[in-house]
Amino acid sequence: MTKVIKLRKGLDVNLKGKPAEEIAQVKCPGEYALVPDDFTGMKPKVVVKEGDQVLVGDALFVDKLHPEVKFTSPVSGVVSLVERGDRRKLLSVRVKADGQQKAREFDVKQDILTLLTESGLFGYFRSRPYDVVANPEDRPKAIFVSAFNSMPLSQNFEFVLKGQEREFQTGISALAKLAKVHLGVSAKQSAKALLEAKDCEVTVFDGPAPAGNVGVQINRVDPINKGEVVWTMGPEEVIFVGRLLLTGKLDLARTIALAGSEVKFPKYYKVLVGQKLTTLLEGQIELGRHHVRVIDGNVMTGLKTTEEGFLGAHRTEVNVIPEGDDNAEMLGWIMPRLNEFSTSRSYCSWLFGRKKEYTLDARIKGGERHMIFSGEYDRVFPMDIFAGYLIKAIITGDIDRQEALGIYEVAPEDFAIAEFVDSSKLELQRIVREGLDILRKENA
Amino acid sequence: MNALRNYLDKIKPNFEEGGKLHAFQSLFDGLETFAFVPRTTSRVGSVNIHDAVDSKRLISFVIIALLPALFFGMYNVGYQNAVAAGQLGEATFWGMFWYGFLAVLPKIIVSYVVGLGIEFTVAQWKHEEIQEGFLASGILIPMIVPVTTPLWMLAIAVAISVILAKEIFGGTGMNIFNPALVTRAFLFFSYPSAMTGDSTVWVSQQSILGLGFTAPEAYTAATPLGQAATEGFAGFDCTTIQQAITGLIPGSVGETSVIAIALGALLLLWTGVASWKIMCSVFVGGGLMGWLMQATGLSQIEWWHHFVLGGFAFGAVFMATDPVTAARTECGKYVYGCLIGIVAVMVRVLNPGYPEGMMLAILLMNLFAPLIDYCVVERNISMRAKRATKK
Repeated sequence: MTKVIKLRKGLDVNLKGKPAEEIAQVKCPGEYALVPDDFTGMKPKVVVKEGDQVLVGDALFVDKLHPEVKFTSPVSGVVSLVERGDRRKLLSVRVKADGQQKAREFDVKQDILTLLTESGLFGYFRSRPYDVVANPEDRPKAIFVSAFNSMPLSQNFEFVLKGQEREFQTGISALAKLAKVHLGVSAKQSAKALLEAKDCEVTVFDGPAPAGNVGVQINRVDPINKGEVVWTMGPEEVIFVGRLLLTGKLDLARTIALAGSEVKFPKYYKVLVGQKLTTLLEGQIELGRHHVRVIDGNVMTGLKTTEEGFLGAHRTEVNVIPEGDDNAEMLGWIMPRLNEFSTSRSYCSWLFGRKKEYTLDARIKGGERHMIFSGEYDRVFPMDIFAGYLIKAIITGDIDRQEALGIYEVAPEDFAIAEFVDSSKLELQRIVREGLDILRKENA
Repeated sequence: MNALRNYLDKIKPNFEEGGKLHAFQSLFDGLETFAFVPRTTSRVGSVNIHDAVDSKRLISFVIIALLPALFFGMYNVGYQNAVAAGQLGEATFWGMFWYGFLAVLPKIIVSYVVGLGIEFTVAQWKHEEIQEGFLASGILIPMIVPVTTPLWMLAIAVAISVILAKEIFGGTGMNIFNPALVTRAFLFFSYPSAMTGDSTVWVSQQSILGLGFTAPEAYTAATPLGQAATEGFAGFDCTTIQQAITGLIPGSVGETSVIAIALGALLLLWTGVASWKIMCSVFVGGGLMGWLMQATGLSQIEWWHHFVLGGFAFGAVFMATDPVTAARTECGKYVYGCLIGIVAVMVRVLNPGYPEGMMLAILLMNLFAPLIDYCVVERNISMRAKRATKK
């Protein structure tokens, strides 16, 4: 009998522009980019030069501290640009695809850890504490995979999984050779490949967002204590591992959701990691009418980018919402504002029930304040951690207290919903990210 | 709408760094964010969408919740004036209301001008955005003082409390004590005769701009609670309690009517602006202590009479629930509320000096709220530490 964990705290925001369950193809030739910043906490060292020919699976850059961990090209073609920013920081390595997808062959009989580091898939592991790229020398106590994303406008993994069940199971079984695998499944999912997955412990989570966050699942199933390490991996990346093992070739094809109120026909696209966003957005957003925000990733956790941007390595969706900076709304502190969504009953959104879909823009809708109202984070933070006190400990730089309050268990994305509801408009995800970075440096 | 927006956009550069009106930037920002929802959009690396609620909205709802008590308080000021002059028969409803309005309005203006003036200055000095915390305190202050408080006293007390109880700690959200109660406490200990004195303070006895009446001779009217403290609770009867519930008794401007306060409480609880945990536990704590006092014979009044007398209800609804100075953990809120109720009734019954204990009880628990939270958070910390050593 699968264990079911009910989560009471959290919040589902019903946004307009959910993706229809159909898959469109995009043209393959074009420019692709691998962005080192997507692999948090890694120091990149470029191993190709502009003009080099690369195959799918050839390394573009490696981790300076662990050169065996490679970050490999999703396409075959010519390296067109090694983009650097201030102080020669590596921003991206771009490859002009030749459209033939000639792939390097990997020896699938070798040790699984070596295979993953060689092929570039090890870089898709994230490690907690700190929510950074995993270290191959660590011995994690478990590997957690969450098979669903509970955030609004996110990809429905069950839909993506169709036809790839064998790859998924192969991937899970491979990870099981490294450590015990925990698979988190949503109560709304019914696919056999998930509920009856082998070589792993399946736990069903029933509750609002952020129930799909792997951090919440770790906290409920097997919380991280000081000194312990847990690795996490996205479910589609598990499919990458399965494909590699079944074919001997790297194939970083994802089915991402293009969603949001500003997308004309929200649906799924078959793309590769590092895809240029213009290829999906062409004809899908109306430019010039008013400002839109293209988000690489989810509306809650993703990064603002432009139509010219590239799909981040871990991203399973691209969301497009109105920017809202051209909106002159009067007397917001007292008007009924019927089109706005709020968890507070000082607005009317509680009247319209959960069925109403909202179009929310990117405005902060208030000024940044000190924490005034209490208990806001706790209502949407389903871990046994005092979110407000942890944030205060991070702001004041009190490392001992951060440890005591459980900073090792959290990642910035776990605070996304709390940041959404916060009436003091603090940038919680940024605060947590900076806190984790400082802590990691101190503990190194 | 658009004309105003365009005008603000046009004059905005004058207030920015280097503009000739830069010294008034915080004032301009304050008014701009009052008129329009800020257009700032979220930065890269933070959440892309936000809940529409902000602190301005929530604090506005506190003010709306205060309005029934404020309007009733104004009416009651006029009513008490007519009683003092012995002319109740001739006074009209609107006559009494406008009299009270004229008596209370200067206090509201003084409180806002002094308090907001300091807030704007500090915001400008610290290059911060003006914060709206004082909008609630500014209206609370005239409601918790006697109607005859001289304006200069009020101005000094507001200035002292905004500077010493709030700004030196870092502004709204960082203060330990509720600024409105500090104002009240400052007045209480600095000018005791103007605050309780010989019981002439509770009723305004001069006519204002031709409205109201001038009492023929100095009229003394103690609050029922004050009366009870000097003469014992024996003189209590049903009419006093009924009057205390409707609020037609002498007392601080906004504190007298339990019905008007209850209307505000409903709004605060429904919108979730105030914590029901705190509000209810204050009544539970106060009720328990009142019952204990009654059972042990230390007090002659019914346990629930404490709720309708003095500032108990007002304090429980509007003061104890101030989120900044109350306990912030959910368990802590129960403890915090209960202790306020217990201490308030204890001061009332056992202390011969002060008839009212609510103000002191809340200020005392403001001081202890961090300790209560510390204990709750510490339990979580030790749970985590135990979990780590168990394995």
